[in-house]
Amino acid sequence: MFAGDQNGLRGDPRLKEISEAIRVVPHFPKPGIMFQDITTLLLDHKAFKDTVDIFVDRYRDMGISVVAGVEARGFMFGPSIALAIGAKFVPLRKPRKLPGEVISEAYVLEYGTDCLEMHVGAVQLGERALVIDDLVATGGTLSAAIRLLERVGAQVVECACVVGLRDVKVQHGLNGKPLYILVEPRGQINCPAPSVNGVETCRHDDLILGANFGSPVNTTSKSD
Amino acid sequence: MSAYRDKDPRIHGIQSRIRVVPNFPKSAGIMFQDITTLLLDPKAFKDTVDLFVERYRGKNISVVAGIEARGFIFGPAIALEIGAKFVPLRKPKKLPGKVISEEYELEYGRDCLEMHLGAVEPGDRALVVDDLIATGGTLCAAMKLLERVGADVVECACVIELPDLKGREQLNGKPLYVLVESH
Repeated sequence: MFAGDQNGLRGDPRLKEISEAIRVVPHFPKPGIMFQDITTLLLDHKAFKDTVDIFVDRYRDMGISVVAGVEARGFMFGPSIALAIGAKFVPLRKPRKLPGEVISEAYVLEYGTDCLEMHVGAVQLGERALVIDDLVATGGTLSAAIRLLERVGAQVVECACVVGLRDVKVQHGLNGKPLYILVEPRGQINCPAPSVNGVETCRHDDLILGANFGSPVNTTSKSD
Repeated sequence: MSAYRDKDPRIHGIQSRIRVVPNFPKSAGIMFQDITTLLLDPKAFKDTVDLFVERYRGKNISVVAGIEARGFIFGPAIALEIGAKFVPLRKPKKLPGKVISEEYELEYGRDCLEMHLGAVEPGDRALVVDDLIATGGTLCAAMKLLERVGADVVECACVIELPDLKGREQLNGKPLYVLVESH
């Protein structure tokens, strides 16, 4: 669900400021992708604070004991939310970054797979968890994050992202878990984002720019 | 300067939550200082951020630069509390816009840190944050990036220092503030 769809935040001027603070970088990391660059949001103290505050207001009374942030941009939002709601923060990382014993969850890219890891013992059975990342595209990474947490017996309450598409398939495809998004991406060509059977092709959506651009962009690059 | 030496009562809790993992990432005696266990203790994590915020609040710091990736865990929280912007300093090819790059030496080979052009402006007063300082090579590269665009690096701040590696001496005279030391 989108923050602005809800009664409390409908028309909230903070959402517009947050959206406008995000820079769109065309053709990164590949041609056809309109990259939603949140680093400009981090340069705007008020908009960055508002972003965190909106998440904190939503999650503060949900009994959440762990915030899991997806490397690396999830690290920029997750810890502040965790600190404000009194939860622990757990980084979900690319392979071989975490020093202790880990569990791993593979997820499929268009060509090949990637992998997300979590420290064994970081999250306990029965904990209520929030997953946070800057952006959701096809949801492959978030799904892997959910699976990691569920494998150790945690209950994923929600996934939260700053940016995401109104993609019905993703909303239903996150293992049945609700998805909460602050703003939609800007600078998009008005067509559905292709994802091949839910397979994550890239951390940002591939766009088909129509006949002028030739065949759909197939990318294996992971932008994190 | 270190809070460790100042014996702030919160330091003991912070230090005790840091896990040492032997032989990571390579064997032969490397003792890895793992801050992820600190993040699992909300009070100790909050104390960590508070110690930095108390030091830098009211010092007119306009930018906190965090070094990928563990600097991203501490830096934004500090920036938000002290009213500064946050700038991520990243490995190559991660930042989407125009960047400047600074190379630095590793034990074998070189690595590179990048910053977005336009993120930091001349006259910005900057704090550099990372989880740990070892040899100081990465922090040094971070400072150079900031100074190249005309910022004034006020201090470097790390949770942990490995004093035996003398990273403090690599910082071209810039002050370093740490919470705990590990020998």
